[in-house]
Amino acid sequence: MKFKTLAIGLVAAVAATASALAAGEDVVIGDIDDLSGTYADVAGTGAVEAMKMAIADFGGTVLGRKIVTLVADHQNKPDIGASKFREWADQNGLNLLLGGSNTGVSIAMAKVAAAKKIPFIAIGAGGASLTNEDCTAYTVHYVYDTTALANGTATTIVQGGGKSWFYLTADYAFGTQLQNAASKVVEANGGKTLGAVRVPLGASDFSSFLLQAQGSGAQVLGLANAGEDFSNSLKAANEFGITKKMKPAALLAFITNIHSLGLQTAQGLYLTTGFYWDLNEDTRAFSKRYFEKTGKEPTMDQGGYYSATLTYLKAVKAAGTTDADKVMAELKKTKINDMFAKGGYIRADGVMVHDMYVMQVKSPQESKYPWDYYKVLRVMKGEEAFGPITGLCPLAPK
Amino acid sequence: MTEIFGIPVAVILGQLMLGLVNGSFYAMLSLGLAVIFGLMGVVNFAHGAFYTLGAFAALLGLQWLGINYWAALVIAPLAVGLIGIVVERLFLRHLYKLDPLYGLLMTFGLALVFEGSLHQLFGASGQSYPVPGALQGAMNLGFMILPIYRAWVIVVSVAVCFSTWFIIERTSVGATLRAATENAPLLQAFGVNVPLLMVATYGGGVALAALAGVLSAPVIVVSPQMGSSLVIVVFAVVVIGGMGSILGAIISGLTLGVVEGFTKVIYPEASNIVVFVIMALVLILRPAGLFGRE
Repeated sequence: MKFKTLAIGLVAAVAATASALAAGEDVVIGDIDDLSGTYADVAGTGAVEAMKMAIADFGGTVLGRKIVTLVADHQNKPDIGASKFREWADQNGLNLLLGGSNTGVSIAMAKVAAAKKIPFIAIGAGGASLTNEDCTAYTVHYVYDTTALANGTATTIVQGGGKSWFYLTADYAFGTQLQNAASKVVEANGGKTLGAVRVPLGASDFSSFLLQAQGSGAQVLGLANAGEDFSNSLKAANEFGITKKMKPAALLAFITNIHSLGLQTAQGLYLTTGFYWDLNEDTRAFSKRYFEKTGKEPTMDQGGYYSATLTYLKAVKAAGTTDADKVMAELKKTKINDMFAKGGYIRADGVMVHDMYVMQVKSPQESKYPWDYYKVLRVMKGEEAFGPITGLCPLAPK
Repeated sequence: MTEIFGIPVAVILGQLMLGLVNGSFYAMLSLGLAVIFGLMGVVNFAHGAFYTLGAFAALLGLQWLGINYWAALVIAPLAVGLIGIVVERLFLRHLYKLDPLYGLLMTFGLALVFEGSLHQLFGASGQSYPVPGALQGAMNLGFMILPIYRAWVIVVSVAVCFSTWFIIERTSVGATLRAATENAPLLQAFGVNVPLLMVATYGGGVALAALAGVLSAPVIVVSPQMGSSLVIVVFAVVVIGGMGSILGAIISGLTLGVVEGFTKVIYPEASNIVVFVIMALVLILRPAGLFGRE
């Protein structure tokens, strides 16, 4: 028995060494994301699929080396995300990390990226602190951030006459960051904040909070929450007739949220997104292929995974090496032109500056085919969406 | 406007109403838990998962088979109750002789399996279940707009809670059930099929959870994690009411719904812990619960 265990152990050890050696020759792209929790539909396995599509489209090799992938679930726990990243960096010869829905996990992984000197393209996390207080030389924030969301949705509504706001805010870092970003924009445009209620994460019922919002007499109901909380609060707002008196503003909503709520409930909603499957020929072509594999249209995060993977591989090819510093330099000087972004570029602080779209959700009558959910109200130029460099990141002085 | 402690009366009445709606869900879920614990001694951690399964049964029934809401109110609890019966026969019955902890761990594991499977099959973002035509719209109560569907939830919940209490406390079937918890071998000696009673009790308790799931489907997004957030609160409700006390579960369910509702106005950040604070106090001052027998 003892001998058997020992033998198995030895074989395993030899196998591990062999894979570590082999890893040095491959280009290894890792994805650490929420694969089983609240954000699993927003990025999750769909994002893994998008990443693999990009690798296949690139030809499966770069610089004559095979491109391999690693995937792990961070379960929304920063320590799991960070330790998996460290493990891959030490044992699997990781060259690039993607992922990180959940701002907390992304901040933890950005720290590892800096320590291990491995490029980390954050997709799915909202917190703008990733390119401000928490920025590193190896972090790229790719799809959207709280600044861009507020600039899109809040500006559009205030300028359209929605001057007084009441917020339903998720009671944690992301919710507060989002509410602050939005109220800054609202006030800068001559609007005012009438109040806010901080709702515990994962509340089972939102009606009490919504009655308070209604009692405030505000014109706009700002939903500074995400995922299931967002869906449930909007659903209850409809049921209680609040959406007839107040204009609902989704400060972060994905197409999967709209799909799960249905247009009857979600119609008229304003939201900001970095990507929509039905924008143009390029996005439709990608989304058609994606749909064939997954049965769903891609979210902005999933579109972003495809683009980020391609962008990295192009940079590796152009730099002629996987050396992190050289690739980062290449990434920051090349324009990004693909189905996701037109003329996008990565700023010194790590923000991938690209156009964002302010959308309004269609009514059931306006929607002509499956997943025909948004109409484009406004295309926001990247500089307007992501705002000027704040100076909070030491890499990018004002 | 008249105010009490600086809060307008209309707001107080509104929150009271909403508290009763939420309390109805708590009452129905904690009722099933109390029945299962009181009669079988099983701490059923899978209760939240059965609640989720009930909602999914209604949703899938509608999407795949065109079963409408009214039929789902009957069919979904029956279907999920059947799953409960299978669970009892396959797993739980082996654990009655052991410490209740084993039942708790078993059901907790099952809950994770159910939730994970739904997650795998249907994704995390959930789906919408439409409010049935006859219950759409809202009524103006003067102090608030109450959606008709929410009023319906209160009515169903009160009716279900009362009938369950009546069956267990006031009928001969209930008397037999209670006798089984007191002394199963003796009852068996009288020719009563005790294992059958157990399986029926578990199936019944599970069906109650599924019924609550069907009722909540039109109100919230039907998603795999809808039960896991609720089950902990419901456990606290049962502990406050007194483990196994049927009346305690019903009354504390409704009361705590109202208490939580007021917390949402006075100090919203605390609304998800207020139930647990009360639970801690009750455990210190009256460990058997408000309605439990010492």
